[in-house]
Order: sequence, then C-alpha cells, then structure tokens
Amino acid sequence: MSAGAAAMQWPAWPEVARVLSLADYNTRVVVIATTLLGVASGAVGSFMLLRKRALVADALSHATLPGIVVAFMIGAATGVAGGGKSLALLLLGGALGAALGGLCLVALRRSTRLKDDAALGIVLSVFFGAGVALLSSAQRMGQGHAAGLESFIYGKTASVVRSDAVLIGACALACLAAALALFKELRLVCFDEAFARSIGLPAALLDAALLVMLVVVTIAGLQAVGLVLVIALLVIPAAAARFWTDSAGPMVAVACGIGGACSAAGAALSALLPDLPSGAMIVLVAAAGFFLSALAGARRGVVRRWLRRRAYTLTVERQHLLRAILEAREERGADAPVPVESLERRRVWAPASLRSIAARARRAGLVASSPAGLALTREGLAEAERVTRRHRLWELYLISEASVAPSHVDRDADDVEHVLPPELVAKLEARLAAERAAMPASPHAIGGGP
Amino acid sequence: MATEHRSLGPEHPRDAALSVHDMTVAYDGRAVLWDVELDIPRGVVAAIVGPNGAGKSTLLRAVMDLIPRVSGSALVLGGAYEQNRRRVAYVPQRESVDWDFPVSALDVACMGLYPRMGWFKRVGAKEREAGLAALDRVGIRDLAHRHISRLSGGQQQRTFLARALAQDAELYLMDEPFAAVDAATEAAIVSVFHELRARGKTVVAVHHDLQSVRDYFDHVVLLNMRLIAAGPTAEVFTPENLQRTYGGRLTLLSEAADALRHRGAAR
Repeated sequence: MSAGAAAMQWPAWPEVARVLSLADYNTRVVVIATTLLGVASGAVGSFMLLRKRALVADALSHATLPGIVVAFMIGAATGVAGGGKSLALLLLGGALGAALGGLCLVALRRSTRLKDDAALGIVLSVFFGAGVALLSSAQRMGQGHAAGLESFIYGKTASVVRSDAVLIGACALACLAAALALFKELRLVCFDEAFARSIGLPAALLDAALLVMLVVVTIAGLQAVGLVLVIALLVIPAAAARFWTDSAGPMVAVACGIGGACSAAGAALSALLPDLPSGAMIVLVAAAGFFLSALAGARRGVVRRWLRRRAYTLTVERQHLLRAILEAREERGADAPVPVESLERRRVWAPASLRSIAARARRAGLVASSPAGLALTREGLAEAERVTRRHRLWELYLISEASVAPSHVDRDADDVEHVLPPELVAKLEARLAAERAAMPASPHAIGGGP
Repeated sequence: MATEHRSLGPEHPRDAALSVHDMTVAYDGRAVLWDVELDIPRGVVAAIVGPNGAGKSTLLRAVMDLIPRVSGSALVLGGAYEQNRRRVAYVPQRESVDWDFPVSALDVACMGLYPRMGWFKRVGAKEREAGLAALDRVGIRDLAHRHISRLSGGQQQRTFLARALAQDAELYLMDEPFAAVDAATEAAIVSVFHELRARGKTVVAVHHDLQSVRDYFDHVVLLNMRLIAAGPTAEVFTPENLQRTYGGRLTLLSEAADALRHRGAAR
C-alpha cells in the first residue's frame, strides 16, 4: 500500500494525510471493512461476555489453524481455486476447523466430567498444535505462498485486497444484523436460561446462533487481527463498555463503538507503517480504550468509585464531628465553643485529621472556629441535631429490638447510621414512639466509647 | 380445548392445575424423584415442603420439561406443558441468576411479556407500561429504573415476582419465593398470593419455613424423594406426616414439632 515505507520510520505528512483521509481507494476499503469487523465483534463479544463464555472464542479461533492449513494443502495439491491462494477456500477451511473444535468442546463436556476451563484448554492447545505441525509440513511442500499462511496467526491488514475486504465487511454486517435482531432473546438467555426455556425460547438454538456469529466474526477477523489475537477484539471492547453503563443495550452500543474505533485506528496505523503487525496494533489501541474506560467509566470506573467512596467518607467524618460538638455542648450545658482537645479525646481523632475535618466543615458553613475552640453555626446546629437524633434512634432500636448491650451500641450504631434511608428513620420513629417528640437522650454514657 | 382430550389418560383428572403421574427423575443415574403421583386442584395456594435434597425444585423443573424425566408424565392445566406454557409462569430461585447482569428492575419485569411479544420485536411503550404495572403490584414501581445489583434481596425477589405477574398466567410455579427476604417482602408476596387465589389462579411454591405453612398455604405437598402426602393443609400437615417427611433429621423434626405445638396452642 504505502509505497516507500519499507523501513521502520514515520512516514512524511502527506502520506499520513492520505491515509487518514482515506484518499487511497485500497486503504479506504480495508479500513472500512476492518471497522465493520470491530463493530460486529463488539456486539457478538458483548453477548459472549454476558453468557460468561468469552474464552470459547479463544479456543475456536485457535481451532481454525489446522482447517486453514489443510484447506491450503488441498488447494495446492489439486490446483482448484487458485492453488490454495483463494481466501474463500482458506476461510472455509478455518470455519470447518472451528466447527470441529466446537464439537469437540461439546463432546468433552457431555461425555466426561471435565470442567469448562480444562475442556477449553485442551481443545485450544491440541488444535493449535496440530495446526503448527501441519503448517511446517505445508511449508516443506515447497509451495511459495505457504509463507503467507503465517499472516493468519498474527494478522496483516496489508495482505487484505479489495475482494477480501468486501468479504470481511459482508460477514461483519451479517453478524451485526443478526446480533441486533436477536438482542432481546439473547439477553434473556444470558440472564436467566431457566426462565427463558420455561417460556419456550430455544436456548440451545440461540447458543448455537451465537456460536455461528462468533465463528463468522473470528474467520472474518483472521486476516486483519490474526487468530491469536482475535479474542481481544471480542472481549476487550465488551469488557470496557461495562464500565460505562448498567444496561445491556447501551453496553452493546458502546462495545460496538469501541470495537469499531480501535479497529479503524489499528488499521490506519498499519497502513502507515506496514511493518507493524496490524493485529497487535488493533489490540494495543483497544487496550488503551479499556484502560481509559476502567479509569474513567461513568458507572464502574475506578475514579468514579474512588470519588463516591471519598464523598461517603467525608460525610461520615463531618457527621461525627457535628455530633461530637453537639454532645459536648449537652454535657457542658452551654453554647460556648468546644475546645479542640476535648473533641480529640471524644473520638480517636488524630489532631491533623480533626483539623482537616473541621476546616472542611467550616468551609461548608456548619462550624465556626475561634481560639476557644469549635462552635456550631445555625445550619450546623440543625444538621447536628438531625444526625444525632438518627444515631440515637438507631441505638435505641439496637438495644430494644436487637438486644445489643448498651456498652457496645455506640460503635455498632456508627457502622450503619450513615446509610439509614428516610423510610427506615420514619419506621424507627414510629417504633420508638415514646421518644418521638424530642431528641432522645443517649442510651449510654456519652464520650467514653469502648 | 379439543387438544386437551388427546393427551388425557384416565390417570390425570381433567380439572387439576398440576397433575403428575408416576414420575421418576434422575441425575447421573441416581434417582432424585421416585414414582411421584400428585394432583393439585385449581384455585389453591400450595406449598411443596420437604428437607434439602428432597427433589422439590427438581419436581417443578421436570414438570416444565427443563430436565428430562426417566418415566411418567405431567400435565399442567389439563394439557401438556408445551401446549400450555403461555398459561404458566415460573419464578426460579433468586440465586440462580447473576444479579450483576446489566438490566434494570423494569427490564426484568418486561421479560414476562416476551411470550406475547414474539421474536425480534423490541420492548416498546406499551410493554414498559405493563412492566411498571407489574412492579406496582409488588410495591417497587419507584425502583423500576434501578440496576438490579442495587436492589435488596427482598426487592430482587419482588422483581422476579413482578416478571411472573406480567406473564398473566393461570398457574404460578415458584421456587422458594420466601428464601431470605425481609418481613415487608414476605407480606407483599403473601398478599399477591391472596389476590391470585381470589381471581381463581393457582400458586405452587417450594417452601422451607414450616412455621408459616399453615398461615400462607391452603394445600400442602410433602416430599422426600417420594411423595409422602398431599392435600389440604388442615388434613395433611400433621406431626405424623412431617415425621415421615423429615424422619431422622432431628433438628428439623424438632422445629416441625415446635411449629405444630405453637399452632395447637394458638387454636
């Protein structure tokens, strides 16, 4: 494709622009086909992941190799279909290999008590081993193009010609259409197979349909991504998408987007630098997408979860501070500021952490600080009363209903009180109606926790 | 109704909601259920009671052809399950699914409408409305859009129940609907039972808590690999039958005796 880029060096800008704008017809066809492939594998991979069978894809993709090599040998020996050069023939062989691998998986599972992981490991390694052995004897047959077979292992978009690209694109589109048409049924079988079968959905048939889609995507992806890495294109976009959403529909859509984007980027990179293996490029771009999703994902991303935990910790700390000040005031029977040292004694607070908690509460307008100590503002007093009241209601509940000893109740109550929903507070109040009107007195000695 | 006559042998009464004849089920060559012979009339709330491993869930699954039978036959609502599945709703055990799966409570409730929607069709506004109505009947309409992992155990069980209600069936087969649920959920499920019975529907539920059998169920099936006894609760739920069901299992037996003493004192 790109003419003078035999050496590993960054091509000149006009070349980059030509690839990125898809000006070159061949590049355009290849990039579009690879992108469609990525989109389809995002959809199919999502269902494989939800069915908890992602590794089946890996076993089946490795099982294609002996099929491909045998197809090549037959073609070379008989001279039909271009003497083993025809892509359609090779892919047909690959599909048969994958089908045979799939049958072996089912047979192993049914006839022995092997667990899935062992069955997958056996099928994957045996078929791949057979493929490698066949490959070396095919190369010894002396046919020149046997060397080209290795591109199926690691993938090489540069070897994709226009007619191949049309085949890849058509396969991808067909799989995508099938996966989207069966979305509702596939989702139900993945979620609750017993219920699906009870309403008459043919779970075995749907699983078979999913496997056929899987094999077609795998076969179509062999040239671009290679059989070793095609699993990545199926699993990574789907796994990355899960970080962004809690709903299967959007998950499939995001997986399609990520799959398409990383395939396009990988194919473009490989068009610029033909020496880079395209499969590896696509996988690395996908890995970057996965890393970004794991970090920043809107639903389950690490950052999001850290922020949520942090906000929760800050709330708990602030509530402890407010209650400590309120209880100190109760003890002293006066509105005067509470010295910081007496607060430190009240809970096991390090001076530094108490200072930062107090500073945050002051910025929130809940606490006023003076040389004499900390005092509650008007809003702070209201919040402190709400928090303390809830804490004591919960303590009373633990003592009266759950028979927790009064001396242990302060810490037990601490663990849950911050997550009490309003409905439960209302129920506690109804239950402990005697205490309803006023702030309940603390059921244990204040200040000296266990 | 003509199809119902064909499959009816003399051993199956026509009016039974669930009729099991001579049914044996085995896993890996080991029998789990032996020669079970059973009729549950329509319009009752029936419990299937027995110790762990007695084959209670297996009975339900074999009736629905989810697992193969070694011998025997089962009729639901007077016909083969395959013909009448649209009139049957199944609530599997809560632990049988992954509650981290990316669906909301409403998504799950709407799954009960799939048989009526048919293949390929998307869940539309009409289905969502019906799903919301089903969630409303179990008291969690306000949680409709919550992801199922953020529901409590009781709310998850209610979601499953809502899915079955959305199916609008005549026979409800439930696998341990009361397992590990809070008191509010238990009350909600019982009120759904009463509502279903008032409308002439039949409920058959696998049940573990012997204490509540008399309160919640008017029909009982005692099972321990073989059928021990089946019939109206007042006649069948006796200390002798319980001893035969749980025989030898001392802790459960004493629990059962306690339950009966408790009941006797109350009356």
